[in-house]
This record gives sequence, structure tokens and C-alpha cells, in this order.
Amino acid sequence: MTSSAYPTSWRPPKLIPNPLTRYGLLLAGVVYLAWSLNALDIDWHRVEQGIARAGNMFARMVPPDFSRWQLLGRGVLESVQMAFAASFIGMIVAIPLGVCAARNLVPTPVYLVARAVLVVSRTFHEVIIAIFFVKIFGFGPLAGVLTLVVASMSFIGKMLAEDIENMRPGQLEAIRATGASFPKMLLYAVQPQMLPRYLGVSIYRLDANIRHSTVVGIVGAGGIGQTLAASFSRYDYDFSLAILLTIMSLVFVGEFFSNWVRARLR
Amino acid sequence: MTLEEHRQRYPDVWRRFSPRQTLIRYSWYLGIVFIAVWSLSNLDITWVYFLDAHEQAADLLVRMVPPYWEFFAAIVDPLVETVHIATLGTAATFFIALPIAFLAARNTTPNAITWFIGRFILVASRSVNTVVWGLLFVAIFGPGPMAGIWSVTARSIGFVGKLIAEAIEEIDEGTVEAIEATGASRLQVMLVGVLPQVMPVIFGTIVYRWDINIRESTVLGFVGAGGIGIVLYSSINLFAWDEVAVILVAIFGVVLVSEFISAAVRKRIT
Repeated sequence: MTSSAYPTSWRPPKLIPNPLTRYGLLLAGVVYLAWSLNALDIDWHRVEQGIARAGNMFARMVPPDFSRWQLLGRGVLESVQMAFAASFIGMIVAIPLGVCAARNLVPTPVYLVARAVLVVSRTFHEVIIAIFFVKIFGFGPLAGVLTLVVASMSFIGKMLAEDIENMRPGQLEAIRATGASFPKMLLYAVQPQMLPRYLGVSIYRLDANIRHSTVVGIVGAGGIGQTLAASFSRYDYDFSLAILLTIMSLVFVGEFFSNWVRARLR
Repeated sequence: MTLEEHRQRYPDVWRRFSPRQTLIRYSWYLGIVFIAVWSLSNLDITWVYFLDAHEQAADLLVRMVPPYWEFFAAIVDPLVETVHIATLGTAATFFIALPIAFLAARNTTPNAITWFIGRFILVASRSVNTVVWGLLFVAIFGPGPMAGIWSVTARSIGFVGKLIAEAIEEIDEGTVEAIEATGASRLQVMLVGVLPQVMPVIFGTIVYRWDINIRESTVLGFVGAGGIGIVLYSSINLFAWDEVAVILVAIFGVVLVSEFISAAVRKRIT
């Protein structure tokens, strides 16, 4: 037996077998990095000062200042209430939207319109939507709630539509065979299949809304984000850290709650 | 079986849930409605704003149409900058999130303390929004795309790291044992036993996050962290709604294209 049949060393197979593609991709990455860093208008001198500034800012942040806990508490409560209200309204609005966006249930024109609504509302970031609601409804939590409603309905609606498109057609046929009308078909064939996942997605969205409710405040749409943005613009960094820590624990609790409920729903 | 028993077992009207189950379900629903109503009524909402909302919306629409299309030439550079911020931020995320994911996965972390540190970084990164990270990094690096890149990275580490850590926890332990049995070092086990198994998840998650980051970086400019958001913010402040319309159309296009690319790449990977 020759030794070449059993090599003594082994090298793991490469991720991309073709060396030309492998090095080509690497080269493309390097070229892109050079191009983009060149194209970006970065003030390197200012960036250099950043490290010192970060240390300075950190020193001013610690210890966090919880002395204005009443203001903090009010902001957090407002954010949580915004999240609850928006998730609930979003859940309701998502049902007709999701049904209309399911190809197998509705005529094509309705489907196209509903899909267009979903695509447009998902494309724009919450902050952009918030600006428009602030312009229309004025400053305050109403604009924030409406923003989160739009975000929630498009998220839940899209999930719902995809679920309906992937559901088992057997139950639909069985109910249809009894001569049921369209609403009855929805209620007895579609709803029982959708409900657990719909509730799961809605709970997840509640948790996401708590996270997003902290940011719509930056453009004046209420909640703890407004307090945070104000503290940053006043260089009130120790209060900012207190707010950030509160947001972190709030998000942590929200996530824990959402995981717990979703585990029970399964 | 008496007639009575038979009737109870096969009632004329079929019900899916027993009365007790129904009661529990409806009390849950009632509770949810109660919380929602309580939240809405407790918020400081000026309901009179609804009265002229339609006029405001109509006013906005009239000012936006027709869009000032010539403005498009001025926003090409900021749009490219937005894409760069998202791409570079996601690239940086790849290198930072990978080691943290290994720390935060139960089966690859050295001990309980490192596991806790890993998890803490992931939670902290995820709970702060990209725009809020933007506030922080603008204060550090000054306004500009550098702050934008780091805010994108800071937020994405938690997202990408969490998904990779979950994938690492679900790998096939047999491969790892086989590599260990050859006498490989800890690092070799990670590189040869664990990493190839989670590679598809890593690339899938990174590409997915890239497309989310494009959307996020469109608003980073609101806090001064570079990209199209700066132009959008100043156009809004100048009430130049016909310019805003052009920017929105452009953002719509960029986000749609990036979503399409991301979906196509993910389809090829998995």
C-alpha cells in the first residue's frame, strides 16, 4: 500500500471551492472598502478626537442620575401605553389587511391593493412615518401611537397573509362543501388554523413596539424617546444613561414576557 | 346508553370548546381589550387634532405633488452614502458579532461568567435603537457617516449575534465530538467542528440584517449621523414638501432593491 492513499495531513474544505471565485470575492471586498471609505465624507481628524471624547462622555455618564425618576417613570409609562394601544389596534387592523393580501382568498385587484399597502408601509422607517403623523396630528403620543399602528399592522398583516397562503386547503374545501358563506369560511376554516400563530406574532409585535416606542419620541411623537433626545441635546449625560438603562431593562422584561407567552401558546 | 346520555355525547349543535374553556378564553380577550383601552385613555392625546387631520393631510399631499424631480440630482450622493453606511456597518458587525455569539452560546462558551457577558452584550445592543445609538456616536465622533456606521454596527451586533448563538446551540454535537477525539485544540474544534455548521445561518443573517440596515440608515441623518436622512430632515424643516416627495420615492426604490437582492442571496445560500 502506498502512503499516498492515506494522506497524513488534512485541510478542511474551503467554503467556496473555486479559488478564482474565492479570491475574486476577497478582492471585490477590498476594492469596495477602499472605494466606500474614500467616497464617504469622513473627517478623520474629528474621528481621532473621538476616543478621548468617548472617555470624557463616559466619565460624565457615570454614575447614572436617577434623581428625576418621576420624569423617567412618566416617560416609560407613556411608552408602554403607546406600545399596548398600538399593538391592539394594529392587531385588529391587520386581520382585514392580511385576509385581503392572501392570494388564495380574494380576487386579484383586492390582493394587489392590499399588497401595495403592505409594501409601502413596510418600506419606510418608523421615524419617517412618525414625522408625517406629527405634521398631521401635532406633537404628542397620538402621532406615536399611529406610527406604531402602521408598523404593527403591516408586520402582522404580512405574516397573516403568508400563513393564509400556506394553510391546508382541505379544511377550506370541507367547510366550503357544507355551503358556507365567505365569512363563515373565514371563521371556521381559516381562523382556527391561524389563531395560535397570529397571537404569537402579535405578542412578538408588542415586544417590538416597546422597543420602537423609545425612538419615535426623537421626532416629537411622545414617550421616553422624547425625554432621551432632550437629555442628549442638553448634554445631560448622566440622566441619559439612567434613561438608557431603564430602556434596556424595559426591553429585557418585555422580551422575557413575550417569550413566556409564546412558549405557552405553542 | 340512555337517550339522555346519547344526546349529551352527540349534541345537535357542535361546539369546539367546553363552556369552561370558552369562559377562560373570553376573559383573556376581555383582559387584553381592557389593557388597550386603559392605555389609550391614559395617554395624553388631544383628540381635537382629529378634527382637522384630513385637511392637514390634504394640505400635505397638495404640497408634495408634483414632486420636484430636478432635486434628484442632489440626492444621489447622499443615497450612495446611505448604502455605504449600511454596508460598512454590517461588515463590521460580522467581525464583532461572531466572537460574541460564541461567547453567548451555552455549548461553546468557556464558563458561566463569559456566557453572561456575551448575553449581556447582546441584550444591551438590541435594546437600544439604531437612532438612539446614533445620538451616542454623534456625540463621540461628531456628525457624519462615521457615527452612522458605528450606530448600525452597535445595533446589529445584538440581532446577528443572537441568531448565530441560537444556531450554535442547535448544532450536531457528533461532529464536535469527532473533532475533539482527534485531539484538536479548542480553537480548532470551533473552526472545524462548529463554524462550518453555522456558516449558512451566519451569511443568511448578515444579508438579512444588511437589508434592514439600509432602512435604518435612511433615518440616521435625523440625528446627524450621515446619509439621506440629513437631506430629508432639512427639506422637512424648510417645508419643501415637493423635495420630500422625491426623497421618499428614492428611499422606496433603494429599499425595494435591497430587499430584492437580500431575498435572492438568501435563497441561494439556504
